[in-house]
Amino acid sequence: MPLLEIERLAVSFTRYRSRWGKEKVQVLHDVEFSVDAGEVVAVIGASGSGKSLLAHALLGILPENFSASGTIRYRGEPLDAERLKQMRGKEIALVPQSVRFLDPLMRVGAQVRLSVRGDDPYAAQREVFHRYGLAPETENMYPFQLSGGMARRVLVSTATVSGARVIIADEPTPGLQAEDVREALRHFREHADAGCAVLVITHDIESVLTIADRVVVLYAGTTVEIAPAADFTGDGSRLRHPYSRALWQALPQNGFTPIPGTQPQPGKWPSGCLFAPRCDQASPECTFSRPELRTVRAGQVRCIHAHSEDDERGISIDEAASDGI
Amino acid sequence: MYGLRRTGAFFVRKAARLVTLLIAVSILSFSLVSLSPIDPVQAYIGADLMRVGAEQRENIAAYWGLDAPPPERYLRWASAVVRGDLGTSMIYREPVAKVIQEQFFHSLLLMLAAWLMSGVIGFLAGSLAAMKKDSWFDRFIVWYCYTLAATPAFWLGLVLMVVFSVWLGWFPVGMGVPAGVLAEQVTWLDKLEHLVLPAITLSIVGIAPIALHTRQKLIEVLSSDYVLFARARGETPLSIYRRHGLRNIAFPALTLQFASFSELFGGTVLVEHVFSYPGLGEAMVEAGLRGDVPLLLGIVLFSTVFVFIGNAIADFIYRVIDPRLREAQAS
Repeated sequence: MPLLEIERLAVSFTRYRSRWGKEKVQVLHDVEFSVDAGEVVAVIGASGSGKSLLAHALLGILPENFSASGTIRYRGEPLDAERLKQMRGKEIALVPQSVRFLDPLMRVGAQVRLSVRGDDPYAAQREVFHRYGLAPETENMYPFQLSGGMARRVLVSTATVSGARVIIADEPTPGLQAEDVREALRHFREHADAGCAVLVITHDIESVLTIADRVVVLYAGTTVEIAPAADFTGDGSRLRHPYSRALWQALPQNGFTPIPGTQPQPGKWPSGCLFAPRCDQASPECTFSRPELRTVRAGQVRCIHAHSEDDERGISIDEAASDGI
Repeated sequence: MYGLRRTGAFFVRKAARLVTLLIAVSILSFSLVSLSPIDPVQAYIGADLMRVGAEQRENIAAYWGLDAPPPERYLRWASAVVRGDLGTSMIYREPVAKVIQEQFFHSLLLMLAAWLMSGVIGFLAGSLAAMKKDSWFDRFIVWYCYTLAATPAFWLGLVLMVVFSVWLGWFPVGMGVPAGVLAEQVTWLDKLEHLVLPAITLSIVGIAPIALHTRQKLIEVLSSDYVLFARARGETPLSIYRRHGLRNIAFPALTLQFASFSELFGGTVLVEHVFSYPGLGEAMVEAGLRGDVPLLLGIVLFSTVFVFIGNAIADFIYRVIDPRLREAQAS
């Protein structure tokens, strides 16, 4: 059974349209995926696809004007807001983006000790600092005194000492040197190998593929594909969704091919498939309705044109689909 | 800790600034007094004007050196001040330094009470308002602060006096001690009774800036990334306030409170006048109205030092307590 399961998660926020009228704008919708114990799942997507909000929704720390719906299950048990409140920091831990998530006026050792659930915070904090190669005097430093790599290790320490089984890392690598990136990601792999479920939210596909087991691709607030990490290879032909392929091919070493157009803004989503306006495979039926997530070749995809290897030799799905309509 | 040498350097720098500031303030105020229609001789003679002839007046002026040009008079006065002689007050017929010392002690009690009250109440009100942002309590605090920020202290003092002293009769109408009682028989309780209304007036006005500032700062802190992370770690709102909120808003609030010495002094002048409370503010008003130039200039210099010390303390707190400034300089 997966440790963490997300079903039809939707997040929307309320904003004032005018002096009197309020409107609800959806930012995330129909997000589905699961993370098993021992597994690193990467959530990738361009900025504006709702990645950080996803992390905040999973922890129940969305801003006040935001609301979430859908189901989040932990060990099969559905989590409501109250349950989520009890779990965060204990069972589910966040590894935040940057040093700005540390209290600027509190020594970092003390901040790590705040996360300890056992009865000897000092021992736990010192052990984890030692483990991550942080000098003992680091605990008396203030956040502004840490280098980028040290800050990363301190932030990971908070999750490690909490003993949480689910670790959600929100953009753990930007602004780091290549060496620090590798080290930061290795820590997440170690957590997974120790039996945790690790979710790494990032736009750095290339680096995260070195540790991820599976990849969830987010586009315009929804999951368009869930693929084994091994499928991100070669020209990307093993990927199921045209957006995943385009994302892969946009990387410098894979052709540097840009995707025309821009990701639609929340509230301005097209009525059919969200990617249809930018997709070179789009057909008229793509604009009718939003495709459901379906299983194709050991992965899942939200595209009516995706087909399994068997279909390549026979008729393709899109022909079959247009015949049906 | 903060290096001893750095602390020394800080004070030397501040002292140098104070000296230059005092020189500037003394020249400016001396020039203003010289240009004003105040005639020191007339102020000195007062009601006896009719009995003093023109010749006598010229003699007095010559005796005081008033016939010399202003720059010379300034230098003579300034060199006396440097030697510690502020001159003699015409109203009190006592050395200015002694008058200031006595009057300041009365004011000190009033200012200290108002300063502490406004600081504590303002900080609490601002904190609560930010914690309950957009609630009716928050709206009330903000409304209260804006209203009072626009209320002149003397007017508020008059209103309080009318309500609590005249109508309700809870407090004496004014003065620092009961009238008609020998100085030896005045008790602490009497003094306290006379202190209450002026202190409340002064602190009510002082609450607004500190409350608004604290509220704004705490709202900022509560929407920061580190508070978001604290929530993600499972900290409750109360522990977030205690661990992260207080830490991040206390120093700015304390700084603001020390930096507000000028408003405090200005407010004291008005409030003491309204309540006829015998303090430095009242002495300043009297000195101004009755042309007591030595006392007026003495109080101006004294208030400069007073406000400067407040600002220097504020500055010092920031440097010593905020680790970002302290350890960045040390390393």
